[in-house]
Amino acid sequence: MAESPTPEELAAYVDETAKRVGLPIAPEHRPGVIQFTGILLAHAALVLEFPLPDEVESAPVFRP
Amino acid sequence: MSVTMSRAEYVASDALGLAASIRAGRVRARAVTEAALAQIAARGPAVNAFTSVLPEQARTDAERVDAALAAGRDAGPLAGVPFAVKDLFDVAGITTLAGSRINRERPPAVRDAVAVAALRRAGAVLMGALNMDEYAYGFTTENSHYGPVRNPHDSTRVAGGSSGGSGAAVGAGLVPLTLGSDTNGSVRVPASLCGAFGLKPTYGRVSRTGSTLFAGSFDHVGTIGRSVRDVAAALDLMQGPDPEDPVCSARPAAPCLPLLGEGVGGLRIAVLDGHFARGGEPAAFAAVEQVAAVLGVSRRVTMPEAHRARAAAMVITASEGANVHLADLKRRPQDFDPLTRDRFLAGALVPAAVYVQAQRFRAWYRARVAELFAEVDVLLAPTTPCPAPRIGQDRIVLDGVEVLTRPNLGVYTQPLSFIGLPVLSVPVTRPGALPLGVQLVAAPFREAHVLRVGALLEAKGVVAAAVSA
Repeated sequence: MAESPTPEELAAYVDETAKRVGLPIAPEHRPGVIQFTGILLAHAALVLEFPLPDEVESAPVFRP
Repeated sequence: MSVTMSRAEYVASDALGLAASIRAGRVRARAVTEAALAQIAARGPAVNAFTSVLPEQARTDAERVDAALAAGRDAGPLAGVPFAVKDLFDVAGITTLAGSRINRERPPAVRDAVAVAALRRAGAVLMGALNMDEYAYGFTTENSHYGPVRNPHDSTRVAGGSSGGSGAAVGAGLVPLTLGSDTNGSVRVPASLCGAFGLKPTYGRVSRTGSTLFAGSFDHVGTIGRSVRDVAAALDLMQGPDPEDPVCSARPAAPCLPLLGEGVGGLRIAVLDGHFARGGEPAAFAAVEQVAAVLGVSRRVTMPEAHRARAAAMVITASEGANVHLADLKRRPQDFDPLTRDRFLAGALVPAAVYVQAQRFRAWYRARVAELFAEVDVLLAPTTPCPAPRIGQDRIVLDGVEVLTRPNLGVYTQPLSFIGLPVLSVPVTRPGALPLGVQLVAAPFREAHVLRVGALLEAKGVVAAAVSA
C-alpha cells in the first residue's frame, strides 16, 4: 500500500480488511471510513518510505 | 475577612494568588467557591465547558479548608483554589464520560484519578468535569453528544481540543486552573486558542492512573492555567513515580516552582525552522518572532523529519485508539460521535507493518532530537497554525493551500508529543486579536527550562493569559 491507491483499490482494501478483523462497516459509514483510510495510508506511506537501520528497535519497552 | 467575592475580584488573581488570600485570612475559601459557582452558573452555559458541576462536594471541601485555617492548620499550597478536570479523569462518585454517550452506561468511579487526588490533597476545590472531544480524538471539541465548547473570546469559534472545556473554563474566568490530557496537542491547542498557559510535561512525568486512555504511547496529563507559576505549582504537586501506571517514570520528582525566578541565563534558545516555519498563517510565525525578539534569539535550528514524525503519530494514534474501542466499534458504531466514528473505524484497518515501523521511526527520531538538545536547551515554535477557526468550519486556507481544519490544528504539536518532550504553550499578548500560543520546548525532564523562559516572558509582559470580559 506504499503507492497511492486508486479509489477502487482503497474501497476494496477497506472492505476486505474490515472483514478480516470482523468489523462490520455500515453503508452509511463506508464513505467516511474510506476517506479516512485514504488519509491514514498517505501518512503510512511517509512512514514506510523512510529507510531505517535494522538495529533500530521499536520505541515501547516491555518490562516483565 | 471577606465572605463574598465579585467576578472582578475573583478573576483578578491566579490560582496561587487566590490561595495566598485564603491562607492569609483575607477571604474565606467558601466565598471563593461561591464566586466560582456563580461564574459557572452565569457564564458556563455560553461556553458549554462543563459536563457536570459538583456544588455540594465543592462547598464541603471549601468549608474543610476554612475549618483547617481557623484551627491554625496548614490547608495546603492550593488552599481553596477552584479547579476542574477534563471528563476523562475519574472523579469518585460520578461516571467518567470521556466525551462519549457509550460510557454513560458505566458505574460511577470509586476513587479520584491520581492527578486529581494530588490537587485535592493540596487544598484545591474540585468544581466539576469538563467537556471534550469524544474519547479525546479531536482538536476542536465540537462534541455531537454534549454540544460544542465555544471559545470564550468569540462564541462563534471553537475552543480547541480535545481538552476544549479545560481551555474555555480558564479563558472564560470560570476557574483559574484545569487538568487536561495531551496525546497529540490536546492541552496545548486549547491553551493557544483560549489564551491560557498550557503545560504538557514529559511523557511519564505525571501518573495517568485513573484517566481514560486514548493512545497510550502518547497520553500525557497536563495543566491549563492563568500563569506560569500556577501550572508549575500543579506540576510539582502531581509529578513523581506511580507503580500503577506502567509508563510513569521512576525518577524522583524534581520541583520546578522554586526555579522560576532563575531567568534564562545559561539557556541556549533557538527558533525551530523547517516544518515549524511553514504551513501556518503569518500571525502564528509573527507570534514566535515576538517571543524570540524579547529573548534576543535569532538562531534557527531544524528538527529533522518532523513532518514524518507527525505522520507516524497519526498512524500510531489511530491504531491504538481504534483498538481500545474495537469491541464497541464492532457492536454499536452508531453510538459514537459522527466526528470520531469514521476515524476510529479507519484506525482499525491500519496494517501491522505500518504501526511497527512508526514505532521504530519514533526511536530513530528520539535519537536525532536528543542530538539537537546537545546543542540547544529551549526551542520555540508556533502552537497552532492559526487562531480559533469557526465552529463547523471543515476547511481552512493555510500558506495558500486549502486543508482540513481539524487535523491541521495539531500540525506543530504532534511532532513534539510523539517523543514525549515537555512543552509549555504561552499565550502571546495580541491586543484586539484572537489568542495565539507559542510552544517552548525542552529536552525530556527539563520542564524547569521551559517554565523559566515562560516566567521571564510573563514578567516582561510579552505573554499573558486572556480572560474574557
